[in-house]
Amino acid sequence: MGNYTFPKLLREKYLKWGDNKVAIREKDYGIWNEVTWKGYYENVKYFALGLKKLGFERGEHISIIGNNEPEWVYAELAAQSLGGAVIGIYQDSTPPEIKYIAELSDSVYVITEDQEQTDKLLEIKDELPLLRKVIYWDPKGMRNYRDPILMSFKEVQELGREFEKEHPNLFEEEIDKGNEEDIALILTTSGTTSLPKLAMLTHKNMLKMAENLLVKVDPMYPDDEFVSFLPLAWVGEQMMSISGGLLIGFTVNFPEEPTTVTENIREIGPHVMFSPPRVWEGIVSMIQVKIEDSTPLKKLVYRTFMPIGYRMADFKFNKQKPPLKWKILYKIGYFMLFRALKDRIGMSRIRKAYTGGAALGPDVFRFYHAIGVNLKQIYGQTEIAGISVVHRDDGIKFETVGKPIPETEIRISEEGEILSRSPSVFKGYYKNPEATAEALKDGWLHSGDAGYIDEDGHLVVIDRMKDVMRLSDGSIFSPQYIENKLKFSPYIKEAVVFGKDKPYVTAFINIDYENVGKWAENHQIAYTTYTDLSQKPEVYELIRKDVERVNKQLPEAARIKRFLILHKELDADDQELTRTKKVRRRFIEQKYNELVRAMYENRDNVEVQARVKYRDGREAVIKAFVKVETMF
Amino acid sequence: MDEILRVDNVFLSFGGVNALFDVSLAVYRGEIFSIIGPNGAGKTSLLNSISGFYHPQRGNIYFEGKNITKLPSHKRAELGIARTFQNIELFKGMTVLDNLMLGAHIHMKSGVLSGGIYWGFAEKEELAFREKIEEIIDFLEIEHIRYAVTGQLSYGLQKRVELGRALAMDPKIILMDEPMAGMTIEEKEDMVRFIIDINEERDVTVVLIEHDMGVVMDISDRVAVLDFGKKIAEGKPEEVRKDPRVIRAYIGEEF
Repeated sequence: MGNYTFPKLLREKYLKWGDNKVAIREKDYGIWNEVTWKGYYENVKYFALGLKKLGFERGEHISIIGNNEPEWVYAELAAQSLGGAVIGIYQDSTPPEIKYIAELSDSVYVITEDQEQTDKLLEIKDELPLLRKVIYWDPKGMRNYRDPILMSFKEVQELGREFEKEHPNLFEEEIDKGNEEDIALILTTSGTTSLPKLAMLTHKNMLKMAENLLVKVDPMYPDDEFVSFLPLAWVGEQMMSISGGLLIGFTVNFPEEPTTVTENIREIGPHVMFSPPRVWEGIVSMIQVKIEDSTPLKKLVYRTFMPIGYRMADFKFNKQKPPLKWKILYKIGYFMLFRALKDRIGMSRIRKAYTGGAALGPDVFRFYHAIGVNLKQIYGQTEIAGISVVHRDDGIKFETVGKPIPETEIRISEEGEILSRSPSVFKGYYKNPEATAEALKDGWLHSGDAGYIDEDGHLVVIDRMKDVMRLSDGSIFSPQYIENKLKFSPYIKEAVVFGKDKPYVTAFINIDYENVGKWAENHQIAYTTYTDLSQKPEVYELIRKDVERVNKQLPEAARIKRFLILHKELDADDQELTRTKKVRRRFIEQKYNELVRAMYENRDNVEVQARVKYRDGREAVIKAFVKVETMF
Repeated sequence: MDEILRVDNVFLSFGGVNALFDVSLAVYRGEIFSIIGPNGAGKTSLLNSISGFYHPQRGNIYFEGKNITKLPSHKRAELGIARTFQNIELFKGMTVLDNLMLGAHIHMKSGVLSGGIYWGFAEKEELAFREKIEEIIDFLEIEHIRYAVTGQLSYGLQKRVELGRALAMDPKIILMDEPMAGMTIEEKEDMVRFIIDINEERDVTVVLIEHDMGVVMDISDRVAVLDFGKKIAEGKPEEVRKDPRVIRAYIGEEF
C-alpha cells in the first residue's frame, strides 16, 4: 500500500478530485451543505497552519470533544498533518473525566464544539498546566466569554491564512514528513471498573484496518454515502468515517443534531451502516408498533409478506437454494412491502449493515434479512483499530461473530481467552507500560474476552473473562451469556444462572406474565395468580422448549441441566434486581438458597415461603410448591 | 434608559368586577420585567390589554411613545409586540414549521395574487423568511420536530414552538404569560436560558408573568406586583421581595 498517512490520503484525494466531488455533507439550518475535497483540504490546511503559528510541535497531542461535525474532522487532520496525535473525548464526559484524559494524554490544545463543552473545559483549565488554548467552533451563546485561553476555530484559521503568506509551502512539507508508523490517534478504552486507558494507534494500524475490511472483504466505493453519527471518539467511527473515508473517498454525511439522526439517515440513504444492537432492536420495535397503528390493509400486507421474507432468510442461513415459487413470492413481497419498509428506515441502499458490542437476538437478525437488509455481526476492540472478525455475506450465523478479516489471526488461549494478531494491533497504552505488557503478552493481543472457535471456523464470544465462571470440574460457562439467550424468548422475562463450583449449570426462570398469560388463554389454560401460572405443567413444557433451544447453542459443559420457574417475579423493590434491572446473582442465591440446593440435590418439588413487599409498603408471605425440571 | 412601553392609569372592568384598577407602569427597552401576584390579581388582563384583546374603559397605553390604546391587536403586532399564551394558542393541526412561518407572515409583502401564483416574488420572499425561521429553529433546538404535527407534541415542546412563533414576528417586545407553567425542572431551565438569550442576544424586551419566584427573582431587572387589580409594588427584585405589602398579599408563600 505504500507509506500512507491520513493527511497524505487527504492530499491525494484533493489532487485527484479538487472541487469536483463532495467529500463531506453537513445539515445545518435545514439544508445539506456540501464540502468538496478542495474545501476539506483547505479547511484542514488553514487550521493546521494556525495551530503551527500558535506553537504546535510535531509529536504533541490535542484533544477534541464535541458532536460529529466537519470541524471535528478538520481539527483531527490538521493535528495529524503536523505530525501530532489526536485524543477523542466522548461528548457526554463530565469535567473530572475530561480532566483525567486531557491530563494523562498531555494535551496542549483542546478543541471544543460549543458552549456546553467549553464550559466544562473552563471549569478544569486551571488543573491542566500544559493546556495552551481551548478552541471552540460553534460560538452560539458565548458572546460574553472573555477568557484569554479561548479562541474560535475561525480565528485560528485566520491565523493560518496569514501564516501561509510567510511560509507558502510549510503545510506540504509537514505532510511529507509524516510516516505510517506515526501515532495518529490515542483513543480511550472503556474502563467500567477502572480508569480508562489511552490506546495509541498509528496511521498504518487504522489504514490497514480500513483496507482489510472495506477493500478486501466488504468493498466500499467512492460513490458511496455514509452517515457519521456514532461518536468520533470511538474507534469504530474513526475506522469508517476517517480511515475508510480517506482511503476510498466516499462521502461522509454529518447529521444536523443528535436528535435528527434517524430522519437524516432517511434523507441520505447510506450504503453502509454501523450500530450497536439497541439501535437495531429499537428500529424493529418502532416498525412493529407503527404497523399495529396503521390501516387494516397495511397490516394485511405486512402479515402476508413478512413470513415469506423470513422463509427466504432461512433459506439463506441454511445455505439452501430457494425454489422458484419462493423467489417469485419474495419478489412480489419486495414491491408490496419490503422496498417501502426499507425506505422508511433509510435502508433502501444498504449493502452492508453491521452490529457489534453486544449480542443481538436471532429474531432481530432474521427480521432484517427478511426485509432485505444485509445485517452482519462484527467483533473487535479499540486495541486492534476496530474490527478483527466479521460475518461474510454467505456465512451468517446468529450465535457467532464470524471469521477473521485478512492479515488477522485469532487464537484461543488455554484459559479460553480470545487472542489476536494483525498489522492493526496498537502500539500500546500511553504512559502505561505495565498494562501494555499485559495486553501484548507473548506477541498476541489479549482481548479480555472468553470465547471459542466452532466447527465452521467461526468465532463465538462468550463473555468478559472476569465474568466467566467455572463448574466444579473446571469447565467454563458464562451466566450472562446463557441468561441473555434465554431472555430472547418472549416468554422469559428474567433468568438467573447458577453453577460456580457446582457439578452442572442450573437456572431460575421468571416467566413474562403478560406473554405467558396470553399464551395460556389461547390454549384454554385457566390460571389465577402469577404463582399459579408459573407452576402449571403446560407452562413448564413451554419453557422447557426454550431451554432446549438455548442448550443446543451451548457447548456441552455449559448446558442447563435443571431449571425451575420462580413463583415470584424478581423485583428491585425486594433487592433482587438493581434499579437498572440487572440481576443480583449472589443476593438471589442466598435468598432462595432452598431452591438452589433443591436443584443440586435432585429434588423435584420444593415448598417455599417468600417475603414480599408491596408497593405501598405492606409485607406479606407467599407460600408455594415449586417444581424443578430436569433437562437431561 | 428609554421607555418602550407605558401603561397609564388603566381601568378595566367586566360588569361589576374590577380586573384592573388604576394600574400604571413603565417598561424600559432591553430589560426583563416581571409581573407577579396571586391568582386573579389581573396579570393576564393586563397583558391582554397591552396586546389589544381587552379594551380598558379608562387609561392609555403607549408603545415607543405612540398611543396604541385605540389600535386593534393585529396592528399592535405589526408594531412589534409579540405574545405567548398560558394555554398555548398554536394551530394544532399544522406542522411546527407552518406555525412558525405564520408568525412571520405579518412582515410578508406578497398579497393574495402574488401568493396565489407563488413563483417569482412570493417564492423569493418565502425563502428569505424560511432562512430566518431556520435560525429560530436552531436557536430553540427544535430541528427534530420541524415537520411534526404540533398537536401531537408534548406540552413543553409546544410551549417552545409558541415562543418560536412569537420570535418569528421579529418583535421588539415579547409578552410571556406563565411560560414555565407545567414544566419539569429541565424544561424550565431550558426556557429560562431561551428567555435570557432572547433578551441579550436578540435585543428583545421581555415582559414576563410567572409564578416561579426563583426564576422571577433570578432573571428580572424589575418586578411589578399586582393584587386584586391594583399595583401594590414595583422595583428591583430584592426591594419587592422585602416589601411588607407584597409579603402580606402572598401570605403563606416564601421566596
